[in-house]
Amino acid sequence: MTAPASPLVTLQGITKVFANGVTALEGFDLGIRTGEFVSLLGPSGCGKSTVLRLIAGLDAPTSGAVTWPGSADADHRSEIGFVFQEPTLMPWADVADNVWLPLRLRGVSKRDAQERITESLALVGLSDFARAYPRELSGGMKMRVSIARALSLKPRLLLMDEPFAALDEITRFRLNDDLLRLQRELACTIVFVTHSVYESAYLSSRIAVMSPRPGRVVATVAGEAPGPRMPDFRTGSRYAALCGEISRILLEHSVEENA
Amino acid sequence: MAAASSRRLKIVLPFAVFGAALAGWEGAVRLQGIPPYILPAPSLVATTLVADGALLWASLLTTLRTTLLALALAVGGGVFLAVLLSLSRIVEYSLYPFAVALQVTPVIAIAPLLLIYMPQDAAVLACAWLVAFFPILSNTMLGLQSVDRNLMDLFRLYGAPASDSPLTRMRARLKALWYLRRPAALPAFLAGLRIAGGLSLIGAVVAEMAAGSAGAGSGLAYRIIESQYRLNIPRLFAALVLLALTGIGLYLLLAAVSHILLRRWHESALAGRP
Repeated sequence: MTAPASPLVTLQGITKVFANGVTALEGFDLGIRTGEFVSLLGPSGCGKSTVLRLIAGLDAPTSGAVTWPGSADADHRSEIGFVFQEPTLMPWADVADNVWLPLRLRGVSKRDAQERITESLALVGLSDFARAYPRELSGGMKMRVSIARALSLKPRLLLMDEPFAALDEITRFRLNDDLLRLQRELACTIVFVTHSVYESAYLSSRIAVMSPRPGRVVATVAGEAPGPRMPDFRTGSRYAALCGEISRILLEHSVEENA
Repeated sequence: MAAASSRRLKIVLPFAVFGAALAGWEGAVRLQGIPPYILPAPSLVATTLVADGALLWASLLTTLRTTLLALALAVGGGVFLAVLLSLSRIVEYSLYPFAVALQVTPVIAIAPLLLIYMPQDAAVLACAWLVAFFPILSNTMLGLQSVDRNLMDLFRLYGAPASDSPLTRMRARLKALWYLRRPAALPAFLAGLRIAGGLSLIGAVVAEMAAGSAGAGSGLAYRIIESQYRLNIPRLFAALVLLALTGIGLYLLLAAVSHILLRRWHESALAGRP
C-alpha cells in the first residue's frame, strides 16, 4: 500500500445486545480502509460474526453507527459479498445456478448472468464443474463455489466468516493462497473472521484482536501488505514474529479477563 | 460383477420366497382337503379372479378412483394450507393447533358421522381425503421451515427490498418461498406424499366398509364384506389380492416420482448406490 487509502466502512462505538440479554459487543470501534485485508481474531463467542452481520446490514447495532464515508447510498448490499463458515449451497441446484443466485435475486436472467457465472467460476478454478451438484464436490470445492457466488456481484467488500475453519490444513493453505491472489486480481477489500492465529498472520494486512465477550478491539497488529505471499513466507522469521506477537496479545487479554 | 449379481438376487429372492409360500399353501390345502369356504387354494383364487373379473374390475375402478381423487385433493389442500401457514404467522398461530389436534385424532372414527351428513360417495371420498391430508400438510410445513438459516440470510442480503412496506415484505416472502422454500421442502413433501398414498387407500377401504355395512356401495372393500356375508371366500381373497396389488402399485408409482424428482441432488434418492 503506497497512497493513504480512503476509509470504506467505519464502525463507531458499537454496542450490540441480543434479545436474550447477551451483550455481544461493547464499545467496538473499527475502521476499514479500501484495499485492506483485515482479520478479526478472537476467542469463540467474542462477537466476531456479529461484526460481519452488522457491516452487511443483516443486524442493526443497539447503539453506535456503521457508516460508509465514501458513499452517499443508503443501501450497500450490492457492494458486499458474504461467505459463511459453511458453504451454504442450495443442494438442489447445480454449481452454475448456485453462483447465479445473487444475480437472480437482483432480477438478472441466467442468459445475462452467464458471463459473470463463467468468470466467477474461472476465478476459483472450477470452470469444469458448472454442471456438477454440490453433493458431488469435496469440502474445499464447495467452499470455492461459495466464494464464486460471493464474487458474482463483483463486490467491493468481501465479508468472510471463518470460511476455512472446517477444512483440512492442506486445502486451507491452498485456499489461503487463492484468496490472496483473488484479492489482488479483483482489488476488493476483505474482512476475514478467524480464530486461528496462524491464518490471520498469514493472510492479513491488519489483524484486529478482540477481547472475550463483550467484544471490542483490544489491539491491532500490522501484517504483510495485501497480495500473494512468497513461497517461503510461512517458514520465514517475519511470519513467526507476527504469530508470536498476536499470540502474546491474545494471551494477555484472556488472562486479564480471568483475573 | 458382484454388484450386478447381488442386484439380481435382490429381485429374484423375494419372488422365490413368494412362489414357495404359494406352493406350500396350495399343497397344504390339497393334501389336507381344506374346503374352499375355509381356505381356498391360490389356484382357486386365481380362477375366481378371472371368472369374477368383470365384477371385481368395476369395484377396483371405484376404489381406485376414490383413492386417487382423495390423494389429489389432499395434495392440493395440504400444500395450499402449508404455504398459507408458512407465509403468515397470524394464520399459522390460529390454525395450526387445530391441524395437529385433527392429526392425532383417529379421523377414521368419524366415518359413520360423515355417512350421516353426506351422500355416500362424498362421505367415502371425504374420509379418504381426511386421512391423506395431514401427512401432506405436516410434512410440507416441516419442509418449508427447514431452509438453511444462512441461505435465508443470503437471501436478505441480496434480495430483500430496502423498503419496509407490507406489500414489498410480502413480495420478498413470496420470492423466498419460490426460490428457497419450495425446493427445500420437496423431499419432505414427497415423503408425506408416499405416506399419504398408502393412507388414502386405507381411508377409502375403511370408509367403504363403514358404508357397505350400511347397505350400499360397490368398491373392493364392499365386495369383501359382501363375500364374507355370502361365504364366498375365494372371491374375498381375490378382492384382497387386488387391494394388495393396488397398494403396491401406488407405492411404486409414488416412489418412482420421488426418485425422478430427487435423483440429482438428494441423499435419499442415492441410498441404493454404492
